[in-house]
Amino acid sequence: MDFPTHLRIQNLSVSYGDHLALKDVSLDVPDKKITVIIGPSGCGKTTLLKSLNRLLDSVDGVKIRGNIFVDDEDIYDPRVEVTHIRKKMGLLSQKPQVLPMSVFDNIAYGPKIHGTSDRKKLSRIVERELRAAGLWDEVKDRLHEPASQLSVGQQQRLCLARGLAVEPEIILGDEPTSALDPQSSRIVEQRLIELKSDYTVIVVTHILRQGRRIADYLAFLYLGELVEHGPAEEVFAHPKDPRTRAYLTGEIS
Amino acid sequence: MRHLKDLIARRAMFLLTAVPGFLVLSMLFGLLQKSRAILALKSFSGLLFGSGWHPLKGEFGFLPFLMGTLWVTLVAMVLAVPISLLTAVYLSEYAPKFIREFTKPVIDLLAGIPSVVYGVWGVLMIVPFVGKVLAPLFGVYSSGYSVLSGGIVLAIMVFPTIIHVALEVFSSVSHELRETSLSLGATKWETVKYVVLRKGLQGIIAAVVLGLSRAFGETMAVLMVVGNVAKIPKSVFDPAYPLPALIANNYGEMMSVPLYDSALMLAALVLLLVVLVFNLGARFVLMKAERRAE
Repeated sequence: MDFPTHLRIQNLSVSYGDHLALKDVSLDVPDKKITVIIGPSGCGKTTLLKSLNRLLDSVDGVKIRGNIFVDDEDIYDPRVEVTHIRKKMGLLSQKPQVLPMSVFDNIAYGPKIHGTSDRKKLSRIVERELRAAGLWDEVKDRLHEPASQLSVGQQQRLCLARGLAVEPEIILGDEPTSALDPQSSRIVEQRLIELKSDYTVIVVTHILRQGRRIADYLAFLYLGELVEHGPAEEVFAHPKDPRTRAYLTGEIS
Repeated sequence: MRHLKDLIARRAMFLLTAVPGFLVLSMLFGLLQKSRAILALKSFSGLLFGSGWHPLKGEFGFLPFLMGTLWVTLVAMVLAVPISLLTAVYLSEYAPKFIREFTKPVIDLLAGIPSVVYGVWGVLMIVPFVGKVLAPLFGVYSSGYSVLSGGIVLAIMVFPTIIHVALEVFSSVSHELRETSLSLGATKWETVKYVVLRKGLQGIIAAVVLGLSRAFGETMAVLMVVGNVAKIPKSVFDPAYPLPALIANNYGEMMSVPLYDSALMLAALVLLLVVLVFNLGARFVLMKAERRAE
């Protein structure tokens, strides 16, 4: 591959009990691009995403083989501290998951955990992230109200801002717009496109049109197998594998 | 004909459903009726806060018993709450599946052990332990039949209640929310402390209150280990005489003493009211917590 990468997945296999969820997946993720992982539901997209920040660890009966390198560090190396890996990745989940605390504390949560206790500094971080998320004007008078009172669209933008407050390198989106209305979805998509100038973004989706709108690089997963990957335009225009073609034309879903 | 059957069945089931609620009301009413004799002669607050208990002289002060109940309950809760909450946290957040699956039924089983068995066990183990080990350790004399023994036995009886409800509360906190906290780089303990406990706070309060009301009303096991001396205890090594024990020990025995049975009925009424209030409060809080968790 001829692009710079900091995130390399090598021969990754994941199984839950007897069920093999990912079969020998190898993928280099290009830096500062949006990589979209598409595929029908149950194909292992979310498993792949969660293996990247080791959220799979906490699942009962999971077995993980293979390697994932972030900045040339094998994240499944037992000597690696898991919080250190997770800090490098901001996760945006399907439904907005606001923490049971105020808007301010949601953003400040990550920085506080990683050792920032100075109130002024925290305020600066909160304002910076909310401004960047385009939320500041909407919530500046409600900073100390419970975050659960925001609209769903606002909550999802808050979650993205919260993820960015810990200064990650990689943003992981697990169908991040599936719970949102079309307009909020567009705002989140737009935001992801802006973010790729500074971050490596990986988005899992089963919405093909979303893939077309935001993907620079495309990976197609089918039944746990990485069928095809490449620059998005190429894969969309000239899929090599018949299964990719069938998926793109809607024959399998 | 079929419709008639349907109607009858519905009515009959409604009546049966109404019975428990009706029973509580009838208990309240019955106790109130019986305690009117003493309330007619003495003021309610005078009875509640009088510290002399000399039935033969017509003196019925409930304060020693109320204090006995409060002391024992307090000691039990101080012991039970942290231990059971940490147990629940461990089981729901840290324990591997097989430990959780094995422990849950055992804990629920503890709730089903007859309280007299706890009492006997308390007399055999806890009372000597308090009297011969703990009290000398603190340089005081105690027969072992004390507030502390009652509190320990009670704490053990309250564990299952609190653990069970707390586990329900923790399992209502979504997995995704935990992942969110973890993915921000929080450790498991930070996630528990700042997210799970916070999200479940109201439910935890409800769990504690349910435990509290169980502790408050528990009679048999406490009565067997607490000493039953009608004096306000001054330390946890002193004996006490909780309200339920008073009723259980004396009902049917001293009925020739004027007003005695009426006084006991009033004690029962107070107990019932306190437990009712605790339970209703806990239900209310739990309901609100469930609505917020949605």
